Amino acid sequence: MATPRSTASRIFSNRAFLLICLMATNIAMIVLAVLLISIFWQGWGTLSWKFITSFASRKPSEAGILAPLMGSVWVCAICGLVALPLGIGTAIFLEEFAKRTRFTRIIQTNIMNLAGVPSIVYGILGLTAFARMFGAFGTTSEDAMNFGDSESLLFLRIPFGSTVLAGGLTLMLVILPVVIISTQEALRSVPSSLRSGAFALGATRWQTVWAITLPAAIPGIMTGAILSMSRAIGESAPLLVIGGLLLVFNTPQNLMSDFAILPLQIYNWAGRPQDSFHALAASAIIVQLAVLLVFNGFAVFVRQKLQKPLQ
Amino acid sequence: MNTMIRLASISLLAAASALIGATTDQDAKVSLSTLKGAIKVDGSSTVYPITEAISEEFNKVAAKVRVTVGISGTGGGFKRFCAGEIDVADASRPIKKAEFELATKASVEYIELPIAYDGLTIVVHPKNTWCNSLTLEQIKRIYSAAGSVKTWKDINPEWPDKALKVYSPGTDSGTFDYFKETTVGKDGSIRSDMSVSEDDNVLVRGVAGDEGAIGFFGCAYYFENKDKVKAVPIDAGKGPIAISVESIESGAYAPFSRPLFIYINKKSAERAEVQAFIDFYLANAGKLVSEVGFVKLPDAIYAKVTKNWLARRPGTQFTKPTGEAVSGSLANVYE
Repeated sequence: MATPRSTASRIFSNRAFLLICLMATNIAMIVLAVLLISIFWQGWGTLSWKFITSFASRKPSEAGILAPLMGSVWVCAICGLVALPLGIGTAIFLEEFAKRTRFTRIIQTNIMNLAGVPSIVYGILGLTAFARMFGAFGTTSEDAMNFGDSESLLFLRIPFGSTVLAGGLTLMLVILPVVIISTQEALRSVPSSLRSGAFALGATRWQTVWAITLPAAIPGIMTGAILSMSRAIGESAPLLVIGGLLLVFNTPQNLMSDFAILPLQIYNWAGRPQDSFHALAASAIIVQLAVLLVFNGFAVFVRQKLQKPLQ
Repeated sequence: MNTMIRLASISLLAAASALIGATTDQDAKVSLSTLKGAIKVDGSSTVYPITEAISEEFNKVAAKVRVTVGISGTGGGFKRFCAGEIDVADASRPIKKAEFELATKASVEYIELPIAYDGLTIVVHPKNTWCNSLTLEQIKRIYSAAGSVKTWKDINPEWPDKALKVYSPGTDSGTFDYFKETTVGKDGSIRSDMSVSEDDNVLVRGVAGDEGAIGFFGCAYYFENKDKVKAVPIDAGKGPIAISVESIESGAYAPFSRPLFIYINKKSAERAEVQAFIDFYLANAGKLVSEVGFVKLPDAIYAKVTKNWLARRPGTQFTKPTGEAVSGSLANVYE
């Protein structure tokens, strides 16, 4: 039999636990702060409007990130526009509509597993499925079927090749499992009494989801969206596999444009011998953080707009 | 093949004949600025800064030609090149037999052009006063698995009994490949107890922070960090030779100067924009390679390169018809 512990020792362990938690938080914050400060220290000086609006150059003073910046924005926008509706839709189906059968359990297990697959594997899948389309349309670019004028916004080519569309869809594969799982978690956290109430009033399943469950789950869904978009914008391995480039002298003008991405440009500059390129890498990191904040700001905005307080 | 591309290529052929007919600089400039099309380049990240510099300048005179450059690595670039996916491959080593067999299978013919030298620097800590030159034999002993060198004294009995810390670029890199082949040979093995990094800047910092360290990397990294590390002159039998732009260019720094290449798909070379791009590449390589930290080839070799380009000489000169790899310095091998 354990003897009842004294009040003093219970208070001590309470304080000790608080201290440990505080230290854990602080270590994370300090690491982040050191990282940010050193990046801003290195990169703030070379950050300018010219840096954002010019193309790559061998001269550090003239080099800019216009092409990789716009490439990253295009690819991530495509990725988000496709992955979020698909992922949220899948999660709603699995949580709210589907019956618990062997089939849905298999789907569920698969999604869980896919969330842990290394992103480069998705790159290989994206290369085969989107960029080359399994070779079903021939193997060289000359066999491609074109729809529309190559200069127009609606130009489409099949197979997609190493284009922003193929890149965006490949990133979509990477983040889809994360979006689905976080949306499911958010839906699960909505109290079932709310659903029961809606059903008792005669609402259909669709009405319940649209008017009750989804608005209540929006904060959790958007948090998942933020996390997955942050992952998408930092990914470079899958895009390297589908033929992501480093040097382009154009910004994307339609879904079939070549593209460069920021993480690759940062990696390349950081590996150069010249110190002035290392500073440019830091500046590009600041820009990438800013882009990430804009994406996330958008998600926060959506959350504020759509959120209905639970009553 | 769709008609749009076909039409475009016909008009490009017309532009090409205009280009060849051009007699004055002015004419060439005019036809360059009206030239259209896309050139796909991919391959070595070592060669990338050179191609970046050339493309940047080319983009200024031929703004409508879309040059795109990737960095899949020499091996990755050759894979795409031999499948006919790209027009030009950047390479930090000659094409290998297995690779050009793939090209032959896909009926891709290629033109091989060396464009610059990259020197490999052996570096030590600046406070290392004893090591003022290394022979090839000593370097081999330091880096080979069989050498079992643990201290500086093991290399030369007159040197201090100080622990040796060995740094090396990643084993997947072309730099490592070249170093391995010139020291322990193709079949030898490099020691495994080294600090390895894919980022040469990390090697610079490693050697600069450790008095017993030795490491090697591309000369561009040494030229940028002359104050942090000390380069060791190499004795390949003719006395110690220090690394410098001059000793690399003249060939005196052999065997640690390696050539960098571009490979051009012969079919792509028929397109006017590719032709103009390579013409521009060769005309400006000498000036631009030194600007980005590499060493230009001697004029005599550039003359051979230009001759081979104009003749569209196919195939590699670094593998014998028997399949055996050719070794030796560029000046002796390339013609």
